[in-house]
Amino acid sequence: MRLTCPLCGERDRREFYYYGAEDFLHRPGEGAPLSDWDNYLHLRDNPAGVTKDLWYHEAGCAQWLLVTRNTVTHEITGVELVAERAK
Amino acid sequence: MRYSGLKVITEGLFGNKGWTPAWRDPAPKAEYDVVIIGGGGHGLSTAYYLAKNHGITNVAVLEKGYLGGGNVGRNTTIVRANYFLPGNSEFYSHSLKLWEGLEADLNYNVMHSQRGLINLFHSDGQRDAFARRGNAMINQGDDAILLDREGVREHLPYLDFEQTRFPIYGGLLHPRGGSARHDAVAWGYARGADKRGVDLIQNCEVTGIDIENGVVRGVQTTRGAIRAKKVGIVVAGRSSQVAAMAGMRLPIESHVLQAFVTEGLKPVINHVVSFGMGHFYISQSDKGGLVFGGDLDFYASYAARGNLPMVEHVMEAGMTLMPMIGRAKVLRSWGGIMDMSPDGSPVIDKTHVDGLFLDCGWNYGGFKAVPASGWCMAHLMATGEPHEVARKFRLDRFATGHLLDEEGTGSQHNLH
Repeated sequence: MRLTCPLCGERDRREFYYYGAEDFLHRPGEGAPLSDWDNYLHLRDNPAGVTKDLWYHEAGCAQWLLVTRNTVTHEITGVELVAERAK
Repeated sequence: MRYSGLKVITEGLFGNKGWTPAWRDPAPKAEYDVVIIGGGGHGLSTAYYLAKNHGITNVAVLEKGYLGGGNVGRNTTIVRANYFLPGNSEFYSHSLKLWEGLEADLNYNVMHSQRGLINLFHSDGQRDAFARRGNAMINQGDDAILLDREGVREHLPYLDFEQTRFPIYGGLLHPRGGSARHDAVAWGYARGADKRGVDLIQNCEVTGIDIENGVVRGVQTTRGAIRAKKVGIVVAGRSSQVAAMAGMRLPIESHVLQAFVTEGLKPVINHVVSFGMGHFYISQSDKGGLVFGGDLDFYASYAARGNLPMVEHVMEAGMTLMPMIGRAKVLRSWGGIMDMSPDGSPVIDKTHVDGLFLDCGWNYGGFKAVPASGWCMAHLMATGEPHEVARKFRLDRFATGHLLDEEGTGSQHNLH
């Protein structure tokens, strides 16, 4: 498996650290109900198919990436910088 | 038909013409008291204990493929009761006791072999942790012996004791640990359940769960609608998809775990051995193949195959620990799809729907749990109350903060 980092280009999977589903980008605000925290930390859609998850380019540019990929075929269809996305 | 040594001999004398199929192949009926979704180890053992312990025999097990075609046939067959936390400890202890009587109970040879499990440690800190774990196991009533380096050498002379990178300080020996024949476990439970009247229905995929006013009414399948008073979801590997049919979002992320087997060799590894400095565990099957595995591939996946970096990592760990295996040829490798929960522990619980029950989240420890999981799931479905050894496997424990984080690694699904 290879990921194409927007900054570094196509790199081996071993350069990246997998963190988890996109849900980790949606941290509940201060005073949010406990169920929001349960959703954020524990509950997952966990699709067998296209998903979005967070990868860290640990051995490269040290950027967080939002990767669109297929969990059944391992095909990767999109990689974007989390930092750019937040703008 | 009862299996016995005498039966094998008499059948041999008369041309083996008297054997009958081990289970029927019934068409689904329109209605059952209980429908179990999933014909793997846990689903089949649930059906077996519903019939045997609770007298509930109007039961169907629905399997989308063939019996035992999922994770029960895709693991490294390790059976152990070396857990630490209250909640896990009593459950796996109960499971090991069931394993010890399983062959007589099922009248089926599951080749359960208590050859001893040795978890190696490689630092003072790891020794302390294993000593503490061993004490927890003894407190639970199970067995554990702390071995020093020379004690390990007596059992495992072939390890690389001379290396400086990961020196072997000792190991925790769990004499009652061992392995079993994975397929036979599924087949034995299937045969036992079938004999008690359970319908095992293969090639029958559940496509929907019928719920009316918060009460389960049955399931929709590729072989028609089936009504049921109670439904159990026992489909580790696809739990999120099936639970979604009942409107649930589970605390599970699916990951692929690879395993490997070599060509058959003469007996060389007599125990189950795990390396404490790289995730690696190995045993030798009765057929002679070295069966070994390592860690998850670490990214969410439903592909029943992994990628090469983890293959390389597992091979490196094995070679570091026991260089002799470098001469063996790997015959095949495979991947199983693990229900990874945020604390590394499973769920056996009711759901928000009356009559709908859930058994999932086995991470990569599901094989040894097959007997107790079925025992406790059957108890829950029959009585409506959790079994005492599974009372902490609640679905809501994540929301309430009562996590069973055996490894203490936090709420990240792939770290357990």
